[in-house]
Amino acid sequence: MARLEIVDIDRCVGCMSCVFACARRYGDAGVSKAAIRVSSIGGVERGYKVIVCRACEDPPCAAVCPTGALVKRKDGGVLLNPSKCIGCGNCREACPVGAVMWDIEQNKPIICVHCGICAEYCPYDVIKLVR
Amino acid sequence: MYRKDPLKNVLYIDLTNKKYWVEDRKDLFEQYLGGTGVAVKLLEEELPRNADPLGPENVIIFAVGPFNAVYPTASKTVAMFKSPHTGNLGESHAGGRSAVAIRLAGYGAIVIKGASEQPVWVAIHGKRVFFRDARAIWGMTSSFTVGRIIRENEPGSGFRTIMRIGRAGEKMVTYASVITETYRHFGRLGLGAVFGSKKLKALVVSGRSTIPIADKKAYKQVYNKIYQLLVDSPLMKKYHEIGTPINVMHLNEIKALPSLNLQKAELETADKISGEYLAEKYLGRRISCAHCPVACIHLAALREPYEDEPYFYKTTFIGYDYEPIYSLGSMLGAKDPEGMLRLMDTVDKYGLDAMTTGVVLAWATEAYKRGIIDKSDLAGVELDWGNYEAYIKAVEYIVDQPTELYKAMARGVAYASKKFGGEEFALSFGGNEPAGYHTGPGAYFNYAFGARHSHLDMAGYSFDQKTIGKEIPPEELVEKLVSEEQWRQILSSLVICFFARGVYKPEIVVEALKPLGFEISEEELKKLGEEIYYNKYRLKIREGFDPGKIKFPKRIFETPTPHGMLKPEYFEKTKEIFKQKILQNITV
Repeated sequence: MARLEIVDIDRCVGCMSCVFACARRYGDAGVSKAAIRVSSIGGVERGYKVIVCRACEDPPCAAVCPTGALVKRKDGGVLLNPSKCIGCGNCREACPVGAVMWDIEQNKPIICVHCGICAEYCPYDVIKLVR
Repeated sequence: MYRKDPLKNVLYIDLTNKKYWVEDRKDLFEQYLGGTGVAVKLLEEELPRNADPLGPENVIIFAVGPFNAVYPTASKTVAMFKSPHTGNLGESHAGGRSAVAIRLAGYGAIVIKGASEQPVWVAIHGKRVFFRDARAIWGMTSSFTVGRIIRENEPGSGFRTIMRIGRAGEKMVTYASVITETYRHFGRLGLGAVFGSKKLKALVVSGRSTIPIADKKAYKQVYNKIYQLLVDSPLMKKYHEIGTPINVMHLNEIKALPSLNLQKAELETADKISGEYLAEKYLGRRISCAHCPVACIHLAALREPYEDEPYFYKTTFIGYDYEPIYSLGSMLGAKDPEGMLRLMDTVDKYGLDAMTTGVVLAWATEAYKRGIIDKSDLAGVELDWGNYEAYIKAVEYIVDQPTELYKAMARGVAYASKKFGGEEFALSFGGNEPAGYHTGPGAYFNYAFGARHSHLDMAGYSFDQKTIGKEIPPEELVEKLVSEEQWRQILSSLVICFFARGVYKPEIVVEALKPLGFEISEEELKKLGEEIYYNKYRLKIREGFDPGKIKFPKRIFETPTPHGMLKPEYFEKTKEIFKQKILQNITV
């Protein structure tokens, strides 16, 4: 199994190709289903931040899940069992990186599965999938 | 179009009554796609005949199209309004995050009507619209600060656009710009002044929805094809590496770089303001519009010491492109980049159109040197080629308007030269100042008869450069350039950045529309481009535009181009051919 790594954030140009790629995995356009986010760090001239799950070995999001919907993934991070999730939002609160995105339509977290589609579409080698 | 696509939603905002509502305008989007095609119909519906561009009856339309937030490098928003600068159709395009934000807020277009009594900024967050009190930020010196304050007051970071005006817009300088994401602009034709006349300081839009796609599998395939074409294309490299300023040295070599108010078409010190020089010495960061891998936006990092304290520096990031280098650099005789960069920063701080501002300053410099205007007209500023302290002061005065001359300069060169003299060297076409290409007949036909009087309407400058050494009959010139402009109506209806025009060829556009539920052939697309073009011209003519009355300033015939000396007779012929073409296709 693999995990995503931010190789060099200073190469990011803020094009959001990664965000759109992640959302497109279900075949629709837009960004609401994306598990990755890009925004400036206070004015685009100062650069960007890319927020995505960093595949914690001991993930705080799983620790606070009251229903066991988030289970530890081999190689770090978590997997979501949507049928168990009650949408309490504890996981979102627990992640200091802010990498647990929220699906407003489903009222459930959007959990990165480290598939690497974002890295495939990054034109400037900001992110990569480490195996 | 796909029935679930929110593109059909048009948000109407009434600033007078602080009301808003949404209408389903599937009719318009089905027929005209979006962007320019839809905006011109909405403007036609909403704008009363002969409206005062700075009165509450003027209307601002922002429109996006089916490709925004769906395909890469479809990153532009079309703004349409009546221009206070030309008194006719105003249309300006900008990128940043504007298009993605509007589309993902769930709209295909936003219509802004009326005028507020008090300064406001309007925030659109998805379905909710807020009218915020902007009295505390009205009159603020720097548009950069305005952006920062709004950024900290509004949600939606990463998925929002913050369009704002500077003091030039508040003062209704007829070529005031609207700035978005700090370094992109609705630059041309005075949208900023229309914002100012409505007491609209800023417009924030945020959204992060899903755009449902009819044929998901086909969509992913076409997306990949386009993405690959884009990242492999040599154009991407050109715009990403040196960027648009790659043109400086090239145009200087072929003697087509307008310099010193076009008294010359080359500049001795061009290498010091070239894209290569700026990239080597000043380039601090390159950034992108949302959903565009190209990253053509070049920011210079200018490090300057304070004189009152040792080792005390400030570093300013300044967006630069070819056009501001021409207008604020070569036209003003720049000898080194720093003064020019500081002038660009000043122009952005106040929120002016860089191109028009440069041409206005160049005209004033020549007029001053010829004794047509004097030092008291200029409130003591001694304009001289390459004197950037003077130019920075003059820009401040264009906004503050301490004398009759500056009041006139705040309305562009056509107005100022009519009042003070020097019309023969006032570079204006249809009321708008030109872009930076003294390349030949195509460029000037383009400035005069492009529907926006913008070089990007039909790329006459590019046609010129491809035909150096050839005699182009006037009929052929008109035919070639008008059909280019007609096709571009499709691109600006989708809405694609024109930099990607080489990728979005007709067959690709047809293929990319299909998964979104638009079944249209190449032939039909081309017809639609013509239709949108004539819709635009119909509105122009309704508002008083007469192609027969277009005049060409004498100056363009005095400085040789790569096509030799241009001749007035040639342009009279193109004017007649063009006029007949328009009259045959339009009934008003």
